[in-house]
Amino acid sequence: MYNRIVEKKELAPNIDWFKVEAPPIARHCQPGQFVIILLHEKGERIPLTIADFDREEGTITMISQRVGKTTHMLSTLKPGDSLYSIVGPLGRPAHHTNEKHGTVVCVGGGVGVAPLYPQARALKEAGNHVISIIGARTADLVIMEEEMRAVSDELYITTDDGTRGEKGFVTNALEKVLRDKKVDLVVAIGPVVMMKFVCTLTKEFGVKTYVSLNPIMVDGTGMCGACRVTVGGQTRFACVDGPDFDGHQVDFDELMERQKFYVKEEKLAMDLYEKTLKGGGA
Amino acid sequence: MAKERPPRQKMPERPVEERIKTFEEVALGYTEEQAVLEAQRCLQCPRPMCVEGCPVRVPIPQFIALVREKKFIEAARKIKEANVFPAICGRVCPQENQCEGSCVLGKRYEPVAIGRLERFVADYERAQNAVEIPPTPEPTGKKVAIVGSGPSGLACAGELAKKGHKVTVYEAFHKPGGVLVYGIPEFRLPKSIVEAEVEYVKKLGVEILTDHIIGKTITIPELREEYDAVYLATGAGLPKFLGIPGENLKGVYSANEFLTRANLMKAYRFPEYDTPIKVGRRVAVIGAGNVAMDAARTALRLGAEEVTIVYRRTEHECPARKEELEHAKEEGVKMLMLTSPIRLMGDDFYNVEWMECIQYKLGEPDESGRRRPIPLEGSEFSIRVDTVIIAIGQTPNPTVQEGVEGLETHSWGGIVVDEDGKTTLEGVWAGGDVATGAATVIRAMGAGKKAAEDIDRYLRGETKWPEKEHWEPYGCKTH
Repeated sequence: MYNRIVEKKELAPNIDWFKVEAPPIARHCQPGQFVIILLHEKGERIPLTIADFDREEGTITMISQRVGKTTHMLSTLKPGDSLYSIVGPLGRPAHHTNEKHGTVVCVGGGVGVAPLYPQARALKEAGNHVISIIGARTADLVIMEEEMRAVSDELYITTDDGTRGEKGFVTNALEKVLRDKKVDLVVAIGPVVMMKFVCTLTKEFGVKTYVSLNPIMVDGTGMCGACRVTVGGQTRFACVDGPDFDGHQVDFDELMERQKFYVKEEKLAMDLYEKTLKGGGA
Repeated sequence: MAKERPPRQKMPERPVEERIKTFEEVALGYTEEQAVLEAQRCLQCPRPMCVEGCPVRVPIPQFIALVREKKFIEAARKIKEANVFPAICGRVCPQENQCEGSCVLGKRYEPVAIGRLERFVADYERAQNAVEIPPTPEPTGKKVAIVGSGPSGLACAGELAKKGHKVTVYEAFHKPGGVLVYGIPEFRLPKSIVEAEVEYVKKLGVEILTDHIIGKTITIPELREEYDAVYLATGAGLPKFLGIPGENLKGVYSANEFLTRANLMKAYRFPEYDTPIKVGRRVAVIGAGNVAMDAARTALRLGAEEVTIVYRRTEHECPARKEELEHAKEEGVKMLMLTSPIRLMGDDFYNVEWMECIQYKLGEPDESGRRRPIPLEGSEFSIRVDTVIIAIGQTPNPTVQEGVEGLETHSWGGIVVDEDGKTTLEGVWAGGDVATGAATVIRAMGAGKKAAEDIDRYLRGETKWPEKEHWEPYGCKTH
């Protein structure tokens, strides 16, 4: 079977975890790659990072945070249900995860920990000393702690409100590590604003930093250019040139604004969807 | 003495004021009476030049003779001997440069409206539910993979299936049809027609697998292992950008994105469909090809108040079909010729607001035969824009052939092929836009058909792969 959900759980409030049968994708995917899914014939195509995969079983796992109509609809699917469409693996594999750099700090914010996990695991397998810092707004939203612990030599947790781990942002913890240790590489995945501040910090310390970008996409194959980002003054497509880029080269301010282009439409779609749910039909 | 010829029958069209508010098809098609009258204009030349002008050599005088006799269904079947998609070609072929451009009648009068007749009989056949599936041929036991379900891939698939080969078509999108579905708007080519043609190909025994990106989901080496032959028809899907400052501002679209949202994802029906599209009051479309006209007319229908085509040369050089240009102008699209943007400027939130342009004059003809535009220093001026759509061309997507050893490509990204569509990799053919650069639906279909014939010969052991030294590249544009 293709596209069938075999397992589903709620990792944290509003964060869903899915395991889906997709044998050709499971056979070819590498850390750093993503898929595009579509829930129904009138749906929109949204990118989701492949958080894990099992080549033998022919499955991939994805983690989705409920923000708009599509991710809310996705959360209503149950094991046995099928996705209307799933295509991938898209993007370039994160090749830096196969190399030995020395000490690598993996920084994950919120649901960004999901795509970070396969990269941290690969970095560990490549013989690096992996220090992971994962952060969230509050204790409930810290995800994949055990998985991350298993592939990290050191793990730090931060929450904005101090309900779990250290109070503060991932950047506070990162700064401490950068002061105490010689770090060879930083990998940061999370909200754009988090990646921006991580990069500001690592630039000061002169440590190379990879980020994984998740801009608006349509086809995911380089056809439309919706996902274009400015990297080192050049226009790059996150879908085919990325999604991983040298964070010190990325124009994060432009990216943050570009992500907001359809905010009004996204809200309208969500409001109408909620109305449908309340009304129990059209 | 030749008697006075009746005039060419006009195509009934939806009135302008009505059509700019809807995505319904603009051209409405001939009536039976019109079709017969138009068919009577045909001279039935013994050596028909129109057929020479057709990339797939449709038996034009023969089908028109059947129209005269009101044998419309037979006429449609006559066309299908050479062209599997008459309803599509009748709508989107540039007939003025092909069959109609070669029509002898056109020398003194207007040429026979071959395209409109083709469309009429194909629509008639479908409306009468008379579409017939040819009898299933004896299976050859050979398997062919086709990459891409656009016009070239589907034409190749149809031909190979009719010869008894087992054909599987791989499509990257969730819907088959390629450019017919994501690129050409509903008002020019209704998607129900594309669906019907895709269904026809499926009924010939072709399997279509959507959501498969070759190079990602499956690789070319894997296909070569599983199939006896592979045909690459991945088109020209990579948008070109201008490379000017401000191109990543919000409100700046590639025509590919704009049209894909509108056509494939049906964003013009948002929020019934989930994909949004945004069009501001003032829209500038950069470029003057068919894609630019499609984007401009789509923007109008999405509610833009003012849509302007901005082009470096003049209407005379514009690559769009005359009919498309005329339709756009009728609908109120403005033309800002001899002008090109040099910079886009936005507000504090990165919304595009101004477009700085420079004016051009035309110099001597360049290698394309068109007069070269020369920028006029000091002619810079700015216009207000809310949306900018860049429609200056597409190149082949490198994903498919990336990292495939032995498959040669041109510097502009196209796959190198010989006259029959053979690539430098044994068992792999390519054709359509991926081999020629962006061209027309019918040329892509012609390449698919030609490759199918060669694949068939190869599978029957009647032709061998040429040795490297005998291998001659063919039919490519130098970019």
